[in-house]
Amino acid sequence: MNGTLTWTPVCRLDRLEPDRGVAALVDGVQVALFRTADGLFAIDNHDPVSGAYVLSRGIVGSRGDVPTVASPLHKQVYDLRTGRCLDLPGVSVTRHAVRCRDGLVEVRLRQED
Amino acid sequence: MNGDLVVIGNGMVGQRFVDALRARDPHGRWRVTVLAEEGRPAYDRVRLSAFFDGVDADALNLHTPHEGVRLRLGEPATAIDRDRRVVSTATGEHRYDALVLATGSYPFVPPVPGADLPGVFVYRTLDDLAAIREYARGRRAGAVIGGGLLGLEAANALRLLGLSTDVVEFAPRLMPVQVDPAGGAMLRRYVEELGVRTHLGVATTAIRPGPDGAVAALELSDGRTVDAELVVVAAGIRPRDELARAAGLTLGPRGGVLVDDTCRSADERIWAVGECAAVDGTCHGLVAPGYATAEVVADRLVGGAATFPGADTATKLKLLGVDVASFGDAHGTTPGCLDVTFTDPATRVYAKLVLSDDARTLLGGVLVGDASAYPTLRASVGGPLPAAPLALLAPDGGGADAGALPATAQVCSCNAVTRGDVDAAIAGGCADVPSLKACTRAGTSCGSCVPMLKQLLDAAGVAQSTALCEHFDATRRELFEIVRVRRIRTFSRLVAEHGRGRGCDICKPVVASILASLGAGHVLDGEQASLQDTNDHFLANLQRDGSYSVVPRIPGGEITPEKLIVIGEVARDFKLYTKITGGQRIDLFGARVEQLPQIWRRLVDAGFESGHAYGKALRTVKSCVGETWCRYGVQDSVGLAVALELRYRGLRAPHKIKSAVSGCARECAEARSKDFGIIATETGWNLYVGGNGGFRPRHADLFASDLSTDALIQLIDRFLIYYIRTADRLQRTAAWIEAMDGGLDHLRAVIVDDSLGLCADLDAAMAHHVGSYSDEWRDVLDDPERLRRFTSFVNAPDVPDPSITFALERGQPVPIRGGTPTARDDERSGREREPVEAGRRRQQVALGLPEVRR
Repeated sequence: MNGTLTWTPVCRLDRLEPDRGVAALVDGVQVALFRTADGLFAIDNHDPVSGAYVLSRGIVGSRGDVPTVASPLHKQVYDLRTGRCLDLPGVSVTRHAVRCRDGLVEVRLRQED
Repeated sequence: MNGDLVVIGNGMVGQRFVDALRARDPHGRWRVTVLAEEGRPAYDRVRLSAFFDGVDADALNLHTPHEGVRLRLGEPATAIDRDRRVVSTATGEHRYDALVLATGSYPFVPPVPGADLPGVFVYRTLDDLAAIREYARGRRAGAVIGGGLLGLEAANALRLLGLSTDVVEFAPRLMPVQVDPAGGAMLRRYVEELGVRTHLGVATTAIRPGPDGAVAALELSDGRTVDAELVVVAAGIRPRDELARAAGLTLGPRGGVLVDDTCRSADERIWAVGECAAVDGTCHGLVAPGYATAEVVADRLVGGAATFPGADTATKLKLLGVDVASFGDAHGTTPGCLDVTFTDPATRVYAKLVLSDDARTLLGGVLVGDASAYPTLRASVGGPLPAAPLALLAPDGGGADAGALPATAQVCSCNAVTRGDVDAAIAGGCADVPSLKACTRAGTSCGSCVPMLKQLLDAAGVAQSTALCEHFDATRRELFEIVRVRRIRTFSRLVAEHGRGRGCDICKPVVASILASLGAGHVLDGEQASLQDTNDHFLANLQRDGSYSVVPRIPGGEITPEKLIVIGEVARDFKLYTKITGGQRIDLFGARVEQLPQIWRRLVDAGFESGHAYGKALRTVKSCVGETWCRYGVQDSVGLAVALELRYRGLRAPHKIKSAVSGCARECAEARSKDFGIIATETGWNLYVGGNGGFRPRHADLFASDLSTDALIQLIDRFLIYYIRTADRLQRTAAWIEAMDGGLDHLRAVIVDDSLGLCADLDAAMAHHVGSYSDEWRDVLDDPERLRRFTSFVNAPDVPDPSITFALERGQPVPIRGGTPTARDDERSGREREPVEAGRRRQQVALGLPEVRR
């Protein structure tokens, strides 16, 4: 267990287009960042179904009240708040902490349990 | 009751049993271990033959993982010790408090000489089918022993594999179990017309080898010989009862584990389900009775009192393209019963209804050639006729509507769902077929009752949803009209005024496509950028490893040496895998997002434009060289293809659009496999529409003949715009025309005769498209705002994505299999990072031939 506990600044908020993701490299980990009307979200960029690092390039939306992103490869939908896959039971991606301070987006990698 | 439950067998019924138990045992009172002989989890054996239509093992999968269920694939049970209550396998022992045998059947191979020769197969598992396909390569003559249901499926498979096919059946007719002599005769006419030779009322006395030791011929009891380099034996099945026999359990009179109507064997801890169970002495070889046994045992294990309801042996299937159905007392064995038969040699339809002696109650029947009345008829067995017999038997099944069924009638026999169950689900809120399927399981097995589910929804007055997704109630066509008429230019306004929520990966690309079709500016401008699928977002095609491919437009497949050299240089400099596509252009693979603008800068400077390979848009117009060079060509096919491709480039549509132009009737450009295809004639052009390759290949239909170039262009303009405006999401032109009321004639009326008064509008829309076209990639390169998004990492624009790495294969870069996770990731998560690709096996393709020189 040697993940970081610190907040890493990533980019200015205006660099995130609404309802579109970007990938960031935080301490060697690929993180997918999203800015939606519900706020900022950060999950692993790694798509557990295909093995490719692509979740930041999925289409953002909602299912019911849940903010979502769909994998661009095979369209499985993930809950942006929890990283849980809504289409495949038992599949999920790691969620990371994200916040905006003084116009800067910052990420803190989540510790594994 | 609770504890350890062992299930031996993971076939269809074994899986159904586990599903049924888990549904009834939410707290996991039973810890379940499933021992499976095959290396893959349960799959749909009823649809096994779909394998030869290109349906892969994944699509046939029936297995769903459950918590508290351990599936041990490739670990067959070898013995049952009833005293110690353990099941042994090659690798260990499994203790049980309850044991369910779901071992199924094995194919019966008659004891004739030569039955073990190389080239003799059975037809039971996916491995059997794969082996048949492999062995069929390069062989010409095939034969099937057995003319029953499975035998005819096997015969069709051999036909599809390109083998001549003989069928040998011991009974005097095909499908003797299901159909009567007249139905069998009709079936034989169909089958023989397809080139399958039938030998009825004869036995196979020997299977003879050729000089190479493999099978070469069948000898028949009437002295004839049939050439056969590949033989499939489909002569029936026998229950797999060897474990039970060795364990000392009582067997049925004709084999199978003897169980009572609760499916319990002589040992109170051991149950049997499916084809290995002899319920009150009788084994059932169909899936519906098997599922019924699975439900009974699942119910009993949680303390229920279910009993086997009796076997529904009704069958409906399409064999060699012929509908055949049989249900109830098909052979009329009920004393005093009456037959109503209908034979039409012209349409080749045969139907028989078996009625009670007072002609009031339907007992059973046989349908050959047209089985559209089957669902309603089967559901009416044992009850009053839903309409007059002749109305029911009329070829369009006009009198048969599920709305006339009583509540007790079984709608889905595979899952024992009655009309009452369906009506209750509808009353409970199910408003479409998918939710009815999920709620009642009706229609989830063979699917033949799905039309009845629709009829029952209609009968209940439920309007079936045509909603695009949870965010829009409208169809794509309706949304298109809303956007067009109200001049809506943003998704947020559309969803606020005509939908709900924030959209999804279904509705956003649809709206993006509609906006693009209506000329709402560049696809990456403003809010539109957030609607695009990743391919449209990066104007390139996402590949499995997260890299993209690049396809410059090469109109008509015509290219100068200079431009060809530029493509080669770009591919070389960026180390891109290079391949020529089926659409006569060149695909460059393995580009990272930050490389895309650099690649396109070089291509645009050399005069290339976007090929829109990433969009639901016009792809290519393929051509043959035509009369310019070809001694058979009669028109300038390349010239027309180039003109058409330039005219329609960038046109966004509900799905991709492909086209081709052939310079003569020899059709070297394969125009009839395209959405619109043109074939030259001596005096002009023939236009074909509605073709496609893909999963369901379809030839285009002739739409108009001997057109001048101007008349041709006008028709294609209207065809395309009408398609773009009215088709459903992801509906290709073929399906669009098929679904159209009035079909091709209606389409002709609209765009040739202007029956709806739309033509001027359609012409103007295309003129607007042609006039406003601009190359998407050139526009991106000219705009720093748009260029900014082409980076792998927002906080490290100069770092290439480390997950994209290549190996060399035949001298070119290809993705490393399984991806390359960063060490950091693995360390952090401690999880396996291998992608989930269950069931797929990558075949070795190197054949040891000399290498091509590079």
